[in-house]
Formats: sequence, structure tokens, C-alpha cells
Amino acid sequence: MADDTQAFSIRVNDYNLWYGDFQALHHVTVDIKPGIVTSLIGPSGCGKTTLLRSLNRINERYGNVKTTGEIKILGKNILDEDVSPATLRKNVGMVFQRPNPLPISIYENVVFGLRSHATRKELKKSTLDSMVEEALTEVGLWHAVKDNLKRRATGLTLEQQQKLCIARLLPLKPQIILMDEPCSALDAAGIERIEELIAELKARFTIVIVTHNMAQAKRASDECIYMYLGEIVEHSPTAELFVNPKEEKTAMYIQGRYG
Amino acid sequence: MIRKSQAKLGAFLDKAEKPIQWLITLCGWSSIIFVAAIFIFILKESWPAPLTLNWGEFFFSHRWIPVPAEGNEPTYGAMGIMYGTLAITVVSMFIAVPLGLGSAVYISEFATPKLKETLKVLIEFLAAIPSIIWGFIGLVIMGPIIQKVFGVAVGVNLLNASIVVGLMAVPLIVSISEDALRAVPDSYREASLALGASKWEMIYRVLFPAAKNGLLAACMLGVGRAVGETMAVWMASGGTDNIPENFFDPMLLLERVKALTATIAGEMPEAVNGGEHYQVLFIVGIVLLTISVVINVVSDLIIKGFKADKA
Repeated sequence: MADDTQAFSIRVNDYNLWYGDFQALHHVTVDIKPGIVTSLIGPSGCGKTTLLRSLNRINERYGNVKTTGEIKILGKNILDEDVSPATLRKNVGMVFQRPNPLPISIYENVVFGLRSHATRKELKKSTLDSMVEEALTEVGLWHAVKDNLKRRATGLTLEQQQKLCIARLLPLKPQIILMDEPCSALDAAGIERIEELIAELKARFTIVIVTHNMAQAKRASDECIYMYLGEIVEHSPTAELFVNPKEEKTAMYIQGRYG
Repeated sequence: MIRKSQAKLGAFLDKAEKPIQWLITLCGWSSIIFVAAIFIFILKESWPAPLTLNWGEFFFSHRWIPVPAEGNEPTYGAMGIMYGTLAITVVSMFIAVPLGLGSAVYISEFATPKLKETLKVLIEFLAAIPSIIWGFIGLVIMGPIIQKVFGVAVGVNLLNASIVVGLMAVPLIVSISEDALRAVPDSYREASLALGASKWEMIYRVLFPAAKNGLLAACMLGVGRAVGETMAVWMASGGTDNIPENFFDPMLLLERVKALTATIAGEMPEAVNGGEHYQVLFIVGIVLLTISVVINVVSDLIIKGFKADKA
């Protein structure tokens, strides 16, 4: 098992999570592969967002969170005490349900993470400029905003905002990108373009995406994890899970019997 | 029966519509009328001193001798008391702004919900302490401490008054800045934390810029509080209208000062009603009123900017 880290970029092992007295995740054990899109599906309250938010430990903000078990990312248990959330989050980027660019310029949004993580020497203006151009080009936003980089990012359309939220992760060179229903605030055209973008990015990253939308899980993901009441019910290649689910509960959910 | 009485009420309300509208309009305008009336009243009481007063002396001399020795003319040089008000305001803000912003940040970003509620109640309590109590604290508690620590003969001075006024302005600054910080959408916090910013970076790179207008307005209102405070300043400042020769000498903190407000409060009972001294004290009142109107308008404009930004 020496090549664990290559085969899987995220290994969750017997992970439990409580919000106060309420146990939101039960004995979650799952391995997620790099270079593909893995989607987390399941009815509301099944713990899929909680699991996603555990992977960059942003859950800890709530204060009343208790966990047991182990989450190995790139071979390191991120729940260990010597792991700094800041460094973890540099490697594990996150895109939120509602586009949330910071109320500063487009340019500053893209370099926000770098300003936290790079040393002053690395922050030369020419380096930053080229990184901004590279990141915005990659998400297909460069031509729309290149003359307005000093404009406030909150003035962009929702679709552009969400692209910017993806672009600002790229200068940090993360290995993993977590997406929490990244398209739910967008219109049909916007959804299509964000899904295209996800498909372009997936070869270089491990992408984990939470979605309510089964059609989206079908279209955009390679593997699919079905969760119910805080447990993992099934983890299969997407094509298989939707055509030939192994578990009765999964079958009922994808047929729309509940959820 | 019911229908009949309802019809009657309806007819009455139709007739009453006009007077009710008038009444409400009057209420709406009353605050404007009051402000205008206050200005007019103060101006009237000061009349005719504004015509005869030596304005050059008023603004640029610190010889405030309203009741001179036999045979001398009174002089009304208010620069010393204006300096007193300015000095107390500036020094007290050096205390109140860091303390107020610091506790607002702590309450909104670090405290647990339970602690947050407790602290907010305590701060409201702090805001409710009467100013005479603050003055008492300055006189009886701070005074002797300052005497001991700095080895000076008199403990009521600029430093004492500024500490007292600063502490008085803290609750106001805390509650308004806390509102401003709380108004920052949580998604901004998550966005910056998820990019690997530390909590401190999140606060100064995201929250402070996002809440900038509200925080500035809080500080302006704190300034307004410091300018207008009377009783505590009167008791804790020492009451001498000297202007220091060197404004960069820290020893000026231990000099006694006298503020505009305290001058009015202290001298009004002795001034002959309708006499020149009385009239000039009302001019001092106009100066004060003008300062607070300017501060209020400025902070209002800042808050308006803050709302426009959010839209």
C-alpha cells in the first residue's frame, strides 16, 4: 500500500462529527481519487455539506463541533494538532453555494490568498500581474474584465463572480477543490459554463462537488457518493450508480421516491 | 349593529383624515423646528454681544478674564478653552478608539454567544452610568492615582479628563462598531478563511474595509460625545485655560485644562443675567453647537455612504 497517496488524494477513515449533541456524520469511510470529479449527493440534511466542509476544516468556525476518526489528505491526517488550518486551506480550496467575492477589486480578489501565504519577495507586481492574468484566463474571465481589474468584484454578474471565486483559488496551486453547490445561484447558461469549466479543471485537481441536482451529478461527475442520514450509502462510478445502484436506498433516491 | 357602528367609525375617520395628517406632519417637522428654535434662542440670549465682541481676541487670545480686577476691562479670549476641548477630545479618542474597536472586534468575532450577550449588557450598563459618577471617579479615584504615579501636585488634568471622557465614549463606539461588523456578510468571513487567511488577517483585510464607514461613524459619534461632555470634564480637568508652548511635550498631559462646556457650566451661575459675560457664554454655546452639528452631519454622511455601498 505504499502508493496510497497516488491512488487516493483524500482518505476518510471512520470519521464521526457532532454539532453539540447532534451527530451529523456516522462512521464515514471513503476514498476519493485525484484527477476526477466526485459528487456528493443525498437529501437535505444528509451530511454531504458537513462532510465537504470537514475536508478544509472550515466547519470548526461554529465552535461546538467535535470529531473523531481520521481524514488523510495527501498522506497527512488533517485533524492532527500540528496541522495549521491556513496551510491546509491553501492546498484545499473551496467554492461556495452563493458566489462570495470579497468587497475589494477583482485584482485583489485573485491575489488575496497569495498575500496571506507568499513572502514579500514573491509578491513582486509583475509576478502578481501575470498570475492574475493566468488565473482569469483559465476560468474564461480575462477578456471580460481585463480593462476593469480595479473595479469592485461585487459588481460582476453572478456567473462572473462564481468564475472569479474559482480563479482566486488557482494562484495558490491547490491540489483539491471543494465545491458546495456551485451552480445553485446561476441560470441555465451559467450552469452550463461552470460545468464546462469544472470539466476543464478536473485533470489537474481532485474536485469534490456537493449537489442537490441529480442531473448535474450525472453530467458533471465521474464518481458519485450517495449519503443518507449522515452515513455513506454507496460510492460508485456515476454511470453505474445511476443505472444500476447497488443499494435499495440509492435506487429509491435516484428514482425520486424521497429527497 | 356591528355594520352600523363600523359605518359610523368609517365616516368619522374620513372626516378626521385631514386633521390626523396635519398632526403627523407637525410631528415630523417638530425636530427641525426644535433645532431652529434652539439656535434662535441661544443667538437671542447672546445678543448684542456678537456685534460688539472682539472676535479676533475671542478666537486668538487665551486671556479669558470675564471678571477682572477693579479698574480693568474684561477680556474674552476663548482660545484656551477651545484648546481644552480639542485636547480632551483628541487624547480621549486615543484611548477610546483602540479600546472601543478592540472590544467590538472581540464581541463580534471571538466571544461565544453567551459571553457576547453578557458583554453587550455590561456595555449598555456602562453607557447608562451618569456623567456625574464619571466625574466623581475622575476626581476621587483617578486623581490620587495620577498624583502618585506621576508625582504631581494636582491629579485633575488633561490626562485625567481624557481617560474619563474616553471611557465614557467607549460604550457608544463599541455598540455602533459591533453593529457595523455584524452587518458584514458571513460569506466574506468564510471566503477569506477558506483562502487560508488567519483570523487576524480576515479582520484587518476583509472586515475592517467592509465595515469602514460604520466604524468611522462610530468614532465620529465618540468624538461628538467627548466634545459635548460637561459634568465629568468639569470635575476632572482642573479648570485652567493655559495653552502649552510645545505641543509635542508629553508633559502637557499633566497640565490642567478647561473645556468650553465646563466654562459655561461653571460661570453661568455667577454671570449677571443679561450682562456681557452672560452673552459671551452663549456665544461659547453657539461655538459648541456648531461643532456638534458639523460632527453629526459628517458622521451622517459617512453612514449614508455605508448604506449606499451595501446596496
